[in-house]
Amino acid sequence: MQYNDIPNFLPALPEIFMSVICMGLLLLGVFKGDKSTYLISWLVIFSLFVTSLLCIFGPNDKIIFSNIFIVDDFSIFSKVLILIGAIAALGMSFNYIRNEGMEKFEYPILIMLSTLGMMMMVSANDLISLYVGLELQSLALYVLAAFKRDTLKSSEAGLKYFVLGALSSGMLLYGASLIYGFSGTTNFETIQAMFDSNNEPSLGIIVGIVFIISAMAFKVSAVPFHMWTPDVYEGSTTSVTAFLSMAPKVAAMCLFIRLVYVPFYGLVPEWQQVVILISAASMIVGALAAIRQTNIKRLMAYSSIGHMGFALLGLSAGTQQGVESVLIYMFIYLFMNIGVFVVILSMRVNGVMVENIHDLSGLGKNNPFLAIIFGILMFSLAGIPPLAGFFAKFYVFLAAVDSGLYILCIIGVISSVIGAFYYLRIVKIMYFDEPEDTLEKPSSASMISLLGISGIFTIFFIVAPTPIISWAQHAASSIIQ
Amino acid sequence: MTSWPILSIITFLPLVGAAFLLLIRGDEKTVARNAKYLALWTTIITFALSLILWVRFDKSTYEFQFVEKTSWLSENISYHMGIDGISLLFIILSTFLMPICILASWVSIKSRVREYMIAFLVIETAMIGVFSALDFLIFYIFFEGGLIPMFLIIGIWGGSNRIYATFKFFLYTLIGSLLMLVAIIVMYFQAGTTDIPSLMAFSFDLTLQKWLWIAFFASFAVKIPMWPVHTWLPDAHVEAPTAGSVILAAVLLKMGAYGFLRFSIPMLPNATEYFTPLVFILSVIAIIYASFVALRQADMKKLVAYSSVAHMGFVTIGIFTFTQQGIEGGLFQMISHGLISGALFLCVGVIYDRMHTRLIEKYGGLVNRMPKYAFLFLLFTLANVGLPGTSGFIGEFLVLVGIFKVNTWVAVFATTGVVLSAAYALSLYRRVIFGELVKLELKEILDINRREIILLLPLALAIIIFGVYPEPLLSVMHTSVDNLIYQNSLALDLPLNQNLVGIK
Repeated sequence: MQYNDIPNFLPALPEIFMSVICMGLLLLGVFKGDKSTYLISWLVIFSLFVTSLLCIFGPNDKIIFSNIFIVDDFSIFSKVLILIGAIAALGMSFNYIRNEGMEKFEYPILIMLSTLGMMMMVSANDLISLYVGLELQSLALYVLAAFKRDTLKSSEAGLKYFVLGALSSGMLLYGASLIYGFSGTTNFETIQAMFDSNNEPSLGIIVGIVFIISAMAFKVSAVPFHMWTPDVYEGSTTSVTAFLSMAPKVAAMCLFIRLVYVPFYGLVPEWQQVVILISAASMIVGALAAIRQTNIKRLMAYSSIGHMGFALLGLSAGTQQGVESVLIYMFIYLFMNIGVFVVILSMRVNGVMVENIHDLSGLGKNNPFLAIIFGILMFSLAGIPPLAGFFAKFYVFLAAVDSGLYILCIIGVISSVIGAFYYLRIVKIMYFDEPEDTLEKPSSASMISLLGISGIFTIFFIVAPTPIISWAQHAASSIIQ
Repeated sequence: MTSWPILSIITFLPLVGAAFLLLIRGDEKTVARNAKYLALWTTIITFALSLILWVRFDKSTYEFQFVEKTSWLSENISYHMGIDGISLLFIILSTFLMPICILASWVSIKSRVREYMIAFLVIETAMIGVFSALDFLIFYIFFEGGLIPMFLIIGIWGGSNRIYATFKFFLYTLIGSLLMLVAIIVMYFQAGTTDIPSLMAFSFDLTLQKWLWIAFFASFAVKIPMWPVHTWLPDAHVEAPTAGSVILAAVLLKMGAYGFLRFSIPMLPNATEYFTPLVFILSVIAIIYASFVALRQADMKKLVAYSSVAHMGFVTIGIFTFTQQGIEGGLFQMISHGLISGALFLCVGVIYDRMHTRLIEKYGGLVNRMPKYAFLFLLFTLANVGLPGTSGFIGEFLVLVGIFKVNTWVAVFATTGVVLSAAYALSLYRRVIFGELVKLELKEILDINRREIILLLPLALAIIIFGVYPEPLLSVMHTSVDNLIYQNSLALDLPLNQNLVGIK
């Protein structure tokens, strides 16, 4: 193999572009101070947009930097999703940071840094580059969670997230070192090749896989590693919660897919049983625990636990169809979440943020536009056709049935019905209950347009599902060798 | 035959109307008025278009007609629509009842009129879609999509205990349908398609058939509803606004029985044969138990709701006889019950609008003040009992003829249902209409006005016409039912009925 002194940088152009912009904006922020927050936010949004174009139109199917960085259809799909999530989270937070006095220029830059980490993560082709990306995104997120440092809740959330996140990073490292110790390599493809030839995996490898899966389960907030989610969701400032529920979830799930499908693809039966267990537990806990919640952010935290359980149901299939279903699930979930968090961010009575679900009462009368979209999103999250959320569930069930996971499907069905109960409860509060306080209307154009995009996507997904599905198909086929 | 997709136009026209409703601007009164007229005209045009289907329908073939097919999710999951003699009449029934429902809500719905009309138009699309879908997934989407508007109709415009009722309705139905979804997916992997005609031709392994049958049963039995999963129905009926009850009783319940005819029987013939005794037992229990429960009801709507459960018991018995009389009787009974129960709910709605109570004991002697109402109510009550000359008689009679051929004991028990239905229906009528008008608040009650006559008269006419001359309905379903029985005998290796050899 010919080795060039100068590596090919071009496939990593989006990441390089982002880091350069990031540093430039940091300088700009330092010079101009906090009044430049909005300017920087818009610049970040713009450069994230440019980055997504670079991803889509950049080179494909390349492995660079001594095989540690991979660009394929799968990574491009994940990156575009991550960028959409980051753009949406920033776009909906302008009003919020103004009202809450969070106008610090670090805010958009931290979001961008964390996004950069996620993009590195999903492009990782080696346990070490994976860890570097993961830590970049996590550290930025810890700071973001504690961003409103003068409030007790936010600091608590940041600290909790940091301590538990560090623990999970430790588990990941421990697992990775075991894998390295027993296989002698950190490269994904080399690891995969070791298990292709019917080698019985040694116990060390299995233990390593379990540790790595535990760390991944922590990142996607799957049961039993979900404890941090409700507290961090509730404690963080809402605009950060919105970000947390979108881009990092997608990134972690995509990384999870790559980890179990590339290095450990030969060991499907070994990891499958673990994933089945956490999937079932997440679906059940997500559905049951959400019933008693009255704080909308906590409720959405449990809802996201349940949804991750569903995505893992697709993942546990262990087939290309499974990967495809998870990607479709994350795509649809991301778009639904955008709308949900726009509504949560606009829950404001007399200038003060409110978070109790009963504050939504009478929204159907006071603000029909907000209510109808939120109602549609709730039905969609519950998985009722003809809305997009149904197709997410449908493809997951499709993959699971194909792999013969009938019991898991039945658990999914039951937890869907229980889950439907608390989504419907929100619809009930909005439409059937009499109003107490009047919520203010979302004033900014960016919020209304994000809400509109989310609503239109959810309603009209049924009309032309093929482009997204075939894109996910391509992405899934690029990862399965 | 013209090439424009008439079936899709009929299906989605109400949805287009709903979209226009969203665009209406102005103050609340103008919006309400315009919304009512727009909804009314949309439903009337839809009904008129659906009559074209009936006129152009070719009765001599059992093949699906007005077929449309476009690729959708994948090659094997496509947007496939078409109707045969079994589904056509349900479409007509739905489109026929919709303008009546809109008119029935004309004055009784006062708040959020526009949203109400949108919900009804969306549910119309879902109903027509269910009966014209030829792809299982499309069917499922319409089948379950109809839950959303019904949830809102009961929850927003319903009675005092509406939230309990609407949640119960939604969650009961949802768990059944999700199990059906899993079954659909299993079928997809077995047969490689969700196309209904292809699935009908595919034969599944017997053990698998039984599991699939149970999953379908979970969904359809809740919808029909069969004993013991019927408990959501009385609650939903009592709390729903009048027009909601009409749609629920007249069309939504029929989706379950239609599901048996379209899926369980042709796709899973061996499992159907295996489970037929179970269906008979549950149906007989439903008929007798629901009739007795109906006898003791104090709430008029609850009484009619339990009578629906009993009458749907006849339908399921008829369908599972696999005789021509039985299935045609079941189908006829469904159409006729759609008209009769719809009319009865409207009748209850008429006096509810005046007195705001549904308790039987609050009424009495209405014949003195409301002679026209008394006459129409009598007609519908007798039709519900199954008096010869009304459509109720034809359906029940055919079902009983069918079941006597198959199983005498079931027939004997089912027949007691006819007697019991006379008992509860006539006692309801006696307590509400006859007697002295003693209650003070009833002294000023007014007879039905022109709008209410317009509502009830078409139903009354249809009930009498089809009771005297059922041929227009029976001739439509004839060939398709023949084919269903023929295919079923083929699948079960039964001796072929000589009368049926003509088709093939």
